[in-house]
Amino acid sequence: MRRDLEIIADLVNPGARVLDLGCGDGDLLRHLATAKGVNGYGIEKDAAEVAICIRAGVNVIEHDLDDGLTRFPDSSFDMVVMTETLQAVAAPDRLLDEMLRIGEECIVTFPNFGHWRCRMQLASRGRMPVARHIPHSWFDTPNIHLCTFRDFEELVTGKGLPIIERFVVDATYEKRVRWIPNLFGTIAFYRLGRARP
Amino acid sequence: MQPNEEPRSVGIVTPQTVRFDTPLALQCGVTLPGFELAVETYGELNASRSNALLICHALSGDHHAAGRHSPDDAKPGWWDACIGPGKAIDTDLFHVVSLNNLGGCNGSTGPRSTDPNTGEPYGASFPAVTVKDWVRSQAMLADRLGIERFAAVVGGSLGGMQALQWAIDEPERIANAVVIAAAPKLSAQNIAFNEIARQAIVSDPDFHQGTYFRKGTNPDKGLMLARMLGHVTYLSAGGMGDRFGRELKSGDIGSAQDVQFQVESYLHYQGTSFSRRFDANTYLLMTRALDYFDPALDYGGDLVRALGQARARFLVLAFTSDWRFSPERSGEIVDALIAAGRDVTSATVHSAAGHDSFLLPIDRYCDLLGAYLGRVAEELGD
Repeated sequence: MRRDLEIIADLVNPGARVLDLGCGDGDLLRHLATAKGVNGYGIEKDAAEVAICIRAGVNVIEHDLDDGLTRFPDSSFDMVVMTETLQAVAAPDRLLDEMLRIGEECIVTFPNFGHWRCRMQLASRGRMPVARHIPHSWFDTPNIHLCTFRDFEELVTGKGLPIIERFVVDATYEKRVRWIPNLFGTIAFYRLGRARP
Repeated sequence: MQPNEEPRSVGIVTPQTVRFDTPLALQCGVTLPGFELAVETYGELNASRSNALLICHALSGDHHAAGRHSPDDAKPGWWDACIGPGKAIDTDLFHVVSLNNLGGCNGSTGPRSTDPNTGEPYGASFPAVTVKDWVRSQAMLADRLGIERFAAVVGGSLGGMQALQWAIDEPERIANAVVIAAAPKLSAQNIAFNEIARQAIVSDPDFHQGTYFRKGTNPDKGLMLARMLGHVTYLSAGGMGDRFGRELKSGDIGSAQDVQFQVESYLHYQGTSFSRRFDANTYLLMTRALDYFDPALDYGGDLVRALGQARARFLVLAFTSDWRFSPERSGEIVDALIAAGRDVTSATVHSAAGHDSFLLPIDRYCDLLGAYLGRVAEELGD
C-alpha cells in the first residue's frame, strides 16, 4: 500500500463525500472506497489518467482545474482533496478558496521548495533545483507555483483558515519531520477548515 | 470465415419483427392496441442472461446498427464503427439488442403502418410518441426477450436521452447508462432548428397535411431541406472546412457559370438519399420527441431529483466540436448526477467532426467506451 494514500485516508472521515482534484490514476479514491467507504469523484485533465480511472472503475470527471470549479455548488462535498497538484495550477490561492467553498474541509499536500537540497542547488550551483520530489527541469515542469512550507503557511494564515491538522514528512512518506521542517521536510499535509466569519 | 469477410464485423445479420398484442398507453393519452418492433441482436446471451446491452438509436437511426443484411450491402449498420467482435461494444462479451423505435419507419409500428381502425396507414394521425414511451416499449421488448436487467443501455444523441430516461424510469433494470453527445433537454436553439426542419416538410406542397401516401406523392423537397439543415448542425464549422473547404464540384467562379461547391453537392446528396428512405411523418414525430424530452419535468423541473431515482452507473461522453449538444450540455448531466450522488464518469473527446463524432471510429472515443464496457463485462456473472 502506498504510504501517502494511507496518510490521507487517516485524515478522511468514514463515508465522507470526497472530491479529489487532480486524481491521477484514481488510486486514492479506490483506497478511500475500500478503507473508508467513501463515495468519491476525481477530477483529472490528463487523457491517459482518465482512461486508467475508467478501467479501474473510478468515478472520474475529465476537467482542467484551471477552467475553474464553478460547476460545483457550495458545500456539495464534505472533503475536497488535492495531493501534490497545488503547485501546478494557475491560481493556487483562488483554487484554495474554491476548495473550501465546495467542501466543508480540504486536504492539501505539496512539495517543499525550501528543502535544503533545493536551497543548496540554487545557492551553490546557481541552478534551479531538481530533486526526487520535484523532478522536472525548469523548462518542462508542470510545477509553475512552487512554494515553501513557510510561504503556504503565510497564505493560509492570511486567509484566516483554521488548520485542523498539519504535518511534514520526508521523501519516503515514512518519517514525520519535526525539526526545522521547512529545511528538512519534503511533503506537507494540511487539513484546513473554512474561515470563520 | 469467408475470404471477403470484414474483420471485427458481426457479419450478415437478419432483422426480426417482434409483435406485441398488449395495449400500450402512450403519454399523449392514446392507447395503441398492439404494435410491432423491428429488432436485431448481435452476440450471444449468456446463461445467466446478464450480458444484454440495449442500443438506442438517434433521430434517423433504426434497428440495423451493425453488420450487413446481405454481402452486397453498400454500407453496414449505422453504428458498425463501435459494435462488433473486439470493438468498443464487444459482441464477444455482450448480447447486443437494437431496435427501430416505435413511430419509426423501418419495420416498427409507425406512421407508415396500417391503422387497424381505418385500414389505411396512420400517416399524420399516428399518436405523438415520447422518449418515456420508447423506454416503456423497450422494457416490454426486454420482457419478451427474457432480459430482466440490461448490463448497459447505450446511445448517442437522442439515443443517449433514452439511456438517461431508462435510468430514471427503470432503475432496477439497468446497471449502466452510457450517454453520448446528449443533453438533459433541448435548448431554444435546438428546438428552433427542429422547427425549421419541420416547416420545410409541412410546407412542401407534396406533404398534403401528412396524407401524401394517399395522393401518391412524397414531400421529397421538404425532407431534403430538413436533412440538409440537420447535417449542418451535425458537423462543425472546422470539420466542414477541412472536408470541403471552398472546393468546387463543377463550374468556375471566375466566369460565375454553373458553379457548385463540394459542400453543396454533399448536402444535396445527403438530402436526396434521406428523402428516399425516410418517412416525413416519422421525421416530424422524432423531432417532436426530441423537443419534448425533459426527464426533470416529472420531478418539478429538478434534474437532480429525477436522477436521484437512478441506480445505474453512468458514463457520459461528449465531443469538443459538437455544438448541437455541446460538452457543456453533457456537463449539466454530469453535475446533476454528482449532486444526486450517482456514480458517474465523464470525458470530452477531442474531435473536429461535430455532433456526428459519436458515429465515427475515433480512437480515444472507442478506447474509453471499450474500457468502460470492458469493466462492465468483468463484473457480470456467467
